[in-house]
Amino acid sequence: MTALLEVENLSRSFGGLVAVKDVSFSLRAGRITALIGPNGAGKTTCFNLVAGALKPTSGRVLFEGRQIDNSPPETVCRMGIARTFQIVRPMREMSVLENAMIGAFSWTRNVSEARSKAYESLESVGLAAKAQARTDQLTLPDRKMLETAKALSTRPKLLLLDEVMAGLRPTEAAGIVGVLQKLAEGGLTILLVEHVMRIVMEVASRVVVLHHGAKIAEGTPGEVVADPKVLESYLGAGFHA
Amino acid sequence: MQKKFDRGLERARWLAGITVFAVLGLVGLLANPYVISLMTIVLLFTFLGQSWNLMLGIGGQLSIGHALFVGLGAYSVGVLYVKYGISPWVGLLTGMILAGSVGASIAWLSFRFEVRGIYFALLTIAAAEFARIMFSGWEFVGAMQGLFFPAPTGGIEISMLRGDVRFYYFVALALAALGVIGTEFISRSYLGYVWRAMRDDESAARALGVRTFQHKILVISLSAATAAAGGGVLALVQGSIFPDSIMGMGLSVDVLLGPVVGGLGTTFGPLVGSLAAIPLNHLMSALGDSLRIPGLNNITYGVVLISVVWFLPDGIWPAIVRLCKAIQAPPTAWLWQSRKVEE
Ligand SMILES: Nc1ncnc2c1ncn2[C@@H]1O[C@H](COP(=O)(O)OP(=O)(O)O)[C@@H](O)[C@H]1O
Ligand SMILES: [Mg+2]
Repeated sequence: MTALLEVENLSRSFGGLVAVKDVSFSLRAGRITALIGPNGAGKTTCFNLVAGALKPTSGRVLFEGRQIDNSPPETVCRMGIARTFQIVRPMREMSVLENAMIGAFSWTRNVSEARSKAYESLESVGLAAKAQARTDQLTLPDRKMLETAKALSTRPKLLLLDEVMAGLRPTEAAGIVGVLQKLAEGGLTILLVEHVMRIVMEVASRVVVLHHGAKIAEGTPGEVVADPKVLESYLGAGFHA
Repeated sequence: MQKKFDRGLERARWLAGITVFAVLGLVGLLANPYVISLMTIVLLFTFLGQSWNLMLGIGGQLSIGHALFVGLGAYSVGVLYVKYGISPWVGLLTGMILAGSVGASIAWLSFRFEVRGIYFALLTIAAAEFARIMFSGWEFVGAMQGLFFPAPTGGIEISMLRGDVRFYYFVALALAALGVIGTEFISRSYLGYVWRAMRDDESAARALGVRTFQHKILVISLSAATAAAGGGVLALVQGSIFPDSIMGMGLSVDVLLGPVVGGLGTTFGPLVGSLAAIPLNHLMSALGDSLRIPGLNNITYGVVLISVVWFLPDGIWPAIVRLCKAIQAPPTAWLWQSRKVEE
């Protein structure tokens, strides 16, 4: 079975700091994979490399077998990779609905088609009732869900979610977990960065663990939490569950 | 419910727009020549403001050198008409293509080399000043002595865009109306959405698939081309072209005053802003002359503009809208009523 996304020996440094160090992993279509690791491990940098927001210092990223690490973010998005920003970036002067419409213009120029797609995306993250609100009227968890809805409107094949469940109450998080599982059943591949181990254990079929920019473990959630290296470097530092 | 609200708002906007243009039409028929020529300038700067507003208010790209495009339009009309007797219609089209290409080239060059934001704005000034100095020394286009259109013969000649004061008033009114309709049309099309997204957060827009490089070039060349059309008509109205006034910094500032004072990124802002700013300037200028206080207009003008920016930072038009909502003035009262009927 071929992988949807292949990350091969990816490295990226900022000046003297190596944020991502020789990381390789691959994602199979229709699965939810979690990328975990302590703060500063290089998870967001990994997302930026895959999404074309940063160029790697070395290594390659292949999506559906094509090399994408030299492509700008808009091209990567149009190929089918959508991402959310850990630090949310709503378009401030546009309503929630309008924010959710933007992504749809990557595949249609028809405004009403974009609007119905936006409602659909907002619906799936539970924001439809706030469609007409201004983004500054949203709570932080809602803004994270808006990030998710914006990304969904691009009709991605691969969705990169950077800590979108941070700050959600357990019941709300459970709702989102359900949404993600439904999306994955529909064929969407998801790579998510998440701190709450309980959620990772519940949704992810595979887990990749980063520490100081390097991959230190990969496997099923059960394998990973039993790995002494992971326990030592990461879970010991802050096990949430 | 939201749909009904939108429809009510929609009707109120249409009603407001039609009323405003009907009143402006009556002004053209009834007012005296002084008021008509003043209002012609107001309407031309409304159109120029709309063109500039498209670029900053919707596309998020600041130009402080719009005089470049206005001037290219003016000179295209002027040179073709004065030197070769070619119809200003052709001149307008030539100017639009020329300015659109120049705008696109400036945009391409600067974004290709990652010059953006305030640095891009500085580049627009530099380009405008470069063109002004070039045209000031270029004998073929009249250099500092300028270009003069032959005096109008009195009759109206649509094919040559020549006519009396009233004729030009209606030309300017048509341009302003076209500006309003065009702005609305673009705002509601997919271009409006992706341009506003790009204005609010360029990298976030790119992550959502917006090809911002192309869109920035497109919005800038569209703004440049429309500014050139305004410049061409301005030259015909004024009857002469001088590099210092048509391509000078002063003109770049005049272009952006309307939308800044009236309300950035709004459809009616440029009209409201020009209506407020230009007559005030002329009035104070006349008053200064009769009271023998030179510079009175500049001082008053400055004070009023600073007050507007200070007290109404988002412009006069959004303030009027807020006021109407607060006191339930006729257009909004009508709007609430129509909502009740529909609900
Ligand atoms: N643009 C940047 N410039 C310099 N250093 C950066 C930049 N982005 C991230 N880093 C550094 O790279 C490391 C990894 O950061 P990040 O990928 O955000 O980690 P995580 O998302 O796992 O918390 C951190 O030390 C961070 O300070
Ligand atoms: Mg991070």
